[in-house]
Amino acid sequence: MKIPVSSPLALIAELTHRCPLHCVYCSNPLELTRRDQELSTAAWTEVLRQAGELGVLQVDFTGGEPLARPDLPDLIRAARSAGLYASLITSGLPLDEKRLEELVRAGLDHLQLSFQDAHEESANEFAGTQAHAQKLRVAEWVKRHRIALTLNFVIHRRNLDQLEEMLALIREISPARVEFAHVQYYGWAFANRDRLLPTRQQLDRSLEILQRAQEQLRGRIRVEYVVPDYYANYPKACMGGWGRKVLLITPAGEVLPCHAAKILPEMKFENVQVLPLRRIWEESDAFQKFRSEDWMPEPCRSCDRRAQDFGGCRCQAFLLVGDAAATDPVCSLSPRRKVVDAILTKINAASNGAISTKSEWLYRTNP
Amino acid sequence: MTPEPSSRPRLAAGCRMNEKSQQPRVLLMPERALRLNGPSLEIVERCDGQHTVQQIITELQKLYSKADPVKVEQDIVGYLNLLQEERALDFE
Repeated sequence: MKIPVSSPLALIAELTHRCPLHCVYCSNPLELTRRDQELSTAAWTEVLRQAGELGVLQVDFTGGEPLARPDLPDLIRAARSAGLYASLITSGLPLDEKRLEELVRAGLDHLQLSFQDAHEESANEFAGTQAHAQKLRVAEWVKRHRIALTLNFVIHRRNLDQLEEMLALIREISPARVEFAHVQYYGWAFANRDRLLPTRQQLDRSLEILQRAQEQLRGRIRVEYVVPDYYANYPKACMGGWGRKVLLITPAGEVLPCHAAKILPEMKFENVQVLPLRRIWEESDAFQKFRSEDWMPEPCRSCDRRAQDFGGCRCQAFLLVGDAAATDPVCSLSPRRKVVDAILTKINAASNGAISTKSEWLYRTNP
Repeated sequence: MTPEPSSRPRLAAGCRMNEKSQQPRVLLMPERALRLNGPSLEIVERCDGQHTVQQIITELQKLYSKADPVKVEQDIVGYLNLLQEERALDFE
């Protein structure tokens, strides 16, 4: 059955997989796109125009490090001409005051700056490079312009006990918005999961701290956070539902419903250089595949929550139980929940103060 | 927090409406968009750092003259507060 398709709200534009960081939880796929396969300025400009026509409201320029593309100001101008709200998701590394001014003049609406930790030494360890001091400078520069600033802290077992220090840093910088993003276990993070997944005790304490911070900072700084879903009772509505709200375009022009979908077997993802974006969104097999409720097994099929979480995450189901059409195993109603429980038991039993050393990380490489 | 009647609400840095030619009208902000229609559009269009809260109330009471003026005022103050907590608005 074909269901009427609404417009996507947001386009995640992965401009490049090149990046000066080597984060151990990078959301890029393990198989990275090379520079010579990246879409040209003209191709991206056309994609942005089509996105505006399709009804997309916002574009997130991300990567890799999107600043690795010298044509970024042109792409921001193209986004604004297409009627889109333009966000830049960046490490802030290859940025100086002059380049930032150029991006703001081009029409940048919002800059999201990622932080790996509150402390220089550990932040540099997780990022696999020296980056922290530069981020502090970038935050100061951004605040001199009339654009929105979000600080994004990626949190996991090794830095979750430093939340208070992160909050102190946030109070000092005072952005309009901060996101605490628990690592999601796909790609590089899945490979490093056993070193990243927090303990239940850590998680409980962190939620108390974050709820308190949310109250204290209300009206000054909007604090947002998401619980890591291995610990949740029900799965997340991944991307707001498969092919319902968001689309992602890879550096080479493939159109995906999320960051990780390329890992799914027997799926063919279309390319914007071959087909119009509207046709891919509305009609391609890949976007149709999990959009309706037809694919759902029990217990999803008869579950009251199926229109809320859409059966959870297809990539997580594939990674954990080898079947993309299974109920997300993090769901407490899933017959395969014991797979997740076994992982949690192992983490919580093994983590009595044991500190992993740097050599154990699998660092993200460069294409 | 209740805004002072004499304060002038202004959309925060990085928050803006889409163009008049685009439908539906929305308020764009980091990672979200708020649909504007009828009264909410009338309010947000006046959050320009020029109108005071009191002026916005007076103008909307005229615009919606059939509605209870006390209710109109409450709704406006409530909506401005919501936008401020979302960090879409500053009171200057």
